[in-house]
Amino acid sequence: MEVSMIKILIDGKQYEVKPEKNLLETCLALGLNIPHFCYHPALGSVGACRLCAVKKFRDADDNKGRLVMSCLEPVKEGLIVSIEDDEAKEFRTAIIEGLMTNHPHDCPVCDEGGECHLQDMTVMTGHNYRRFDFKKRTYTNQYLGPFINHEMNRCIQCYRCVRFYRDYAGGKDLNVFASHNHVYFGRHEDGVLESEFSGNLIEVCPTGVFTDKTLKKHFTRKWDLSNTPSICVHCTVGCNILVSERYDSLRRIMNRYNGAVNGYFICDRGRFGYEFVNDDRRIRNAKIRPQKEENQVEADNEILTSRLKTSLAKSQKIIGIGSPRASLESNFALSVLVGNENFYHGISKKEQLLTHTVLDFLQKSGVQTPSLKQIEKADAVLILGEDLTNTAPMIALAVRQASRNIPNQEALKKGIPIWDDGPSRELAQDTKSPVFIVTPFKDGLDDLSEGTFRASYDDIAYLGFVITASLDNKFPVSITTDYEHQKFADKVASVLINAKNPLIISGITNGDEAIVYAALNIARALFESNPKCMLSMVLPECNSMGLAFIPGKSLDDLVALSAVEEINTLVILENDLYRRATADMVDFLLERSKQIIVLDHLTNRTSVHADLLLPAATFAESEGTLVNNEGRAQRYYKAIVNSNHVRESWRWIDEFIKINDQDKILSWNRFDDIVSSMVNEWPVFSKLKTYMPDSDFRMLNEKIPRQTMRHSGRTAIHANIAVNEAKIPNDSDSPFTFSMEGQPERPPSSLVSFYWSPGWNSVQSMYNDLDEPNGSLKGGDPGIRLIAPDGTVDIPYFKMIPTAKKLQKDEWMIVPVYQIFGSEELSSAGHTLTQRIRVPFVYLNRKDADSLGAVEGDRIRLVISKTNIVLIVRIENSLEQGIAGVSINLPGMPFIELPGIGNIYKL
Amino acid sequence: MLSILRTIWLTFLHIFHKTETVEYPEVKPYLPPRYRGRIILTRDKEGEERCVACYLCASACPVDCISLQATEDESGRRYPEFFRINFSRCIFCGFCEEACPTYAIQLIPDFEMGEYDRQNMVYEKEHLLISGQGKYPDYNFYKNAGVSIGVKGKGEGDHEEKPLDLKDLMP
Ligand code: SF4
Ligand code: SF4
Ligand code: SF4
Ligand code: SF4
Ligand code: FES
Repeated sequence: MEVSMIKILIDGKQYEVKPEKNLLETCLALGLNIPHFCYHPALGSVGACRLCAVKKFRDADDNKGRLVMSCLEPVKEGLIVSIEDDEAKEFRTAIIEGLMTNHPHDCPVCDEGGECHLQDMTVMTGHNYRRFDFKKRTYTNQYLGPFINHEMNRCIQCYRCVRFYRDYAGGKDLNVFASHNHVYFGRHEDGVLESEFSGNLIEVCPTGVFTDKTLKKHFTRKWDLSNTPSICVHCTVGCNILVSERYDSLRRIMNRYNGAVNGYFICDRGRFGYEFVNDDRRIRNAKIRPQKEENQVEADNEILTSRLKTSLAKSQKIIGIGSPRASLESNFALSVLVGNENFYHGISKKEQLLTHTVLDFLQKSGVQTPSLKQIEKADAVLILGEDLTNTAPMIALAVRQASRNIPNQEALKKGIPIWDDGPSRELAQDTKSPVFIVTPFKDGLDDLSEGTFRASYDDIAYLGFVITASLDNKFPVSITTDYEHQKFADKVASVLINAKNPLIISGITNGDEAIVYAALNIARALFESNPKCMLSMVLPECNSMGLAFIPGKSLDDLVALSAVEEINTLVILENDLYRRATADMVDFLLERSKQIIVLDHLTNRTSVHADLLLPAATFAESEGTLVNNEGRAQRYYKAIVNSNHVRESWRWIDEFIKINDQDKILSWNRFDDIVSSMVNEWPVFSKLKTYMPDSDFRMLNEKIPRQTMRHSGRTAIHANIAVNEAKIPNDSDSPFTFSMEGQPERPPSSLVSFYWSPGWNSVQSMYNDLDEPNGSLKGGDPGIRLIAPDGTVDIPYFKMIPTAKKLQKDEWMIVPVYQIFGSEELSSAGHTLTQRIRVPFVYLNRKDADSLGAVEGDRIRLVISKTNIVLIVRIENSLEQGIAGVSINLPGMPFIELPGIGNIYKL
Repeated sequence: MLSILRTIWLTFLHIFHKTETVEYPEVKPYLPPRYRGRIILTRDKEGEERCVACYLCASACPVDCISLQATEDESGRRYPEFFRINFSRCIFCGFCEEACPTYAIQLIPDFEMGEYDRQNMVYEKEHLLISGQGKYPDYNFYKNAGVSIGVKGKGEGDHEEKPLDLKDLMP
């Protein structure tokens, strides 16, 4: 949509700008620096800090002008302002001077130092000498949990933290206390911050009040970190991140802006889940088992090669198990080694079926699947059976923003622009865009909900069919239902049908086919009347969608095969099979395999069975492509130089291929080579060849530096080992170099490795990389969509009607309860995040617990398909009676297939 | 001709001047206290390490010859886990001293650092840290900072009010 531009005059220079914005964001988009604190592009303006003052003139004849806050000044045709006006400058300096009267003398020991918005603003306004001779105000700090450090003395009262935490992310337990110059930002008492997005306070707070506690343990200044753009591997959303390295260890994760995906924020699992990369359980050296029954021992190259030669000889039939948490390239390499017919996805049959169903629907039905940005634009949302806050947290955050669309439209009608945060929220009060939540138990988004519906999975799916029937009277399945279901369904249907951008969200993590079919049916029915309707389906892992594009069979198929024939050599790629199938099945499969080769990062239940255990590089040590749940392929790059035996899985497998078949010449010397090879083999990925600059990319003949210009210690870091400086490691796989040398220009948007621009050392410097605040990255948001619905193929409705399962006495319907901390494999291995993981538990309705004679905290035994698990009882009254919610995939829990029927006994 | 004779004469006169040459190493030359020689890390009056591992010296160093890693003790006091200077690269410019906010790193009037093996020019913290305060006595950074790390509690510094009571309603 073309907007007509308007003309404004800033410091005597004319600019053509977009209307309906405020002056501050307009200036920042133009590259004009106006100091500010309280304005944040995602949070809007409130005019609290008074730092963004500029002079506004009535007309060309007015030479006196008056000070206005640029963040609250709408740009209008003919606006005349001055940023450089002396009085405005003096005013801004005075504001900083005032704030600094109480600011502690902390910079050298403050973790914000070097990337501090307050430091930048102080330098920018020119305040440099303290004239205030009196004492400083002090506060006591609070314990806020293992992730975030609190140092309240440093606060400058900009209110960004509470506006983010409460208004934007819906948190309840951070607030502002006391009054006048005593205001305090914290919790009502010491305790862990509850919000799943608390880590963003680190970036939102312009000072060092909230800092990263995991970074503090191995603190490094921003200028010393070497940074690489990457993709979060901890869920299906694929948030863009920056990973930072120092002294060969991973130091922290920061958000990386992507206008279409995660914008300014990431969730705490993504931010603090990185520690597994540095963990002691990492496999760093290759190990072999000399004889069956013996222990694994470390192997040198010679032994390793000879062992690989026998295991991978051409005569052997090799079976490969891929993984939804490995990159496309590594999966591809494995499928080349073993051949398509011997390649298995390493996920259960059900999961594979559901993922394929979803992909098929998205490709053929014409229904769009939205990016996070598009989710934020929805004006009616139905969430069917998916616990977003725990399975795809950033989607939950996006839905929260979507709930503001209708009130925002109302505000606009009254002439209040959306960026004017105070009035627009005041006007909205509690009105929200309609969000319907249909889940078995309480949900993190319940506070937004216009209607919640708590039911068993069967009922949820059934309700979905009823909604479909009310949306489309041609729905070919006859549905009978009770009054309550019908009433709720009609309400949802009428809201969805009247919305401009309705959105259905569901997912396959609940493991219930009928719910998935119901969600797809609703989307299909809605699409008939509104082609702009959207469907977002949550998948279990970071590359589940990528795997769905690749031919291969399921793990169940392989177990079945192993019953028929013995397997010579089994290659398992980055996959802990004991998380995917019952222990009996996996034990059986592994027993029937003569040689087991495992490539993985961490020792786990599968890796101990390996006859050959090879250290695979993590996301931080390799390049790779992941496809997120909307089918967006995104590339990550290595941040750490590989040491010991650690290598990219595809490089290991390349070696396997060379051993296996000397005639096969693949020449995968660099990452680009394997991408080309993959694109040739699987044309669905053809866009992957060109969507990112390849490793030959140069800016004025130089690679892109990972390090900042201020990077220190180059001649001392390794001096304890050898005083002669080592050569800079070569990186043939990416356009980056492991040094500070390169052009000072900004690289293409997909290759921005850190945020910095003259005068801006804090994350706010990203303004420089954006078209405009909240906009796209200059040159477009990185990543490429592999799903492009053309809307031509008609997909028939799914007709499988769920029937309520009959439970016997003592039987329970068991549904999975995902946990943001703990249910994902890799993040759970980090020692800080571990502190937030709960002991495996079961949710029970109080009446059910009573009938078992159990109270909160008691232990029960769950028996489900021959597996026994001891769980702690937690009372959860939102569950219907007869349903038990069991935490899933927490460390130490065995695999159980859910939903399912099980027995519970009190211990 | 005349100028040559004059030169010879002047040179001759030097025989009777006081000698400037010192018989180093038997006789040590005087070096002013601000001479930029060997680098040390100092302690505060209480005998604690002054360095707070802020990395400013490392970033100021034009030849990048300082490398360190911050860590913390139980009280939260930050100090360098290791601190390394590669003196075979150091140009004794003194930028590190100038950047240091705590007077921890100081250049002193000692230049006798010659080594036959370059590797021996790499100094670790145990070679750098002395037990005294060096040139600048009496400064203790932590007494001036807002953090509380055992040296002083919140609000106990010279320039600090007592921590606020948030429940207090008085203006
Ligand atoms: S804690 Fe940080 S974000 Fe919150 S008001 Fe203070 S300075 Fe602003
Ligand atoms: S929402 Fe998912 S992809 Fe995004 S940061 Fe969290 S775990 Fe990572
Ligand atoms: S004196 Fe100069 S060159 Fe030597 S360590 Fe200090 S800053 Fe670096
Ligand atoms: S500048 Fe001073 S306090 Fe900071 S790291 Fe260097 S020696 Fe330590
Ligand atoms: S940014 Fe405008 S008043 Fe704070």
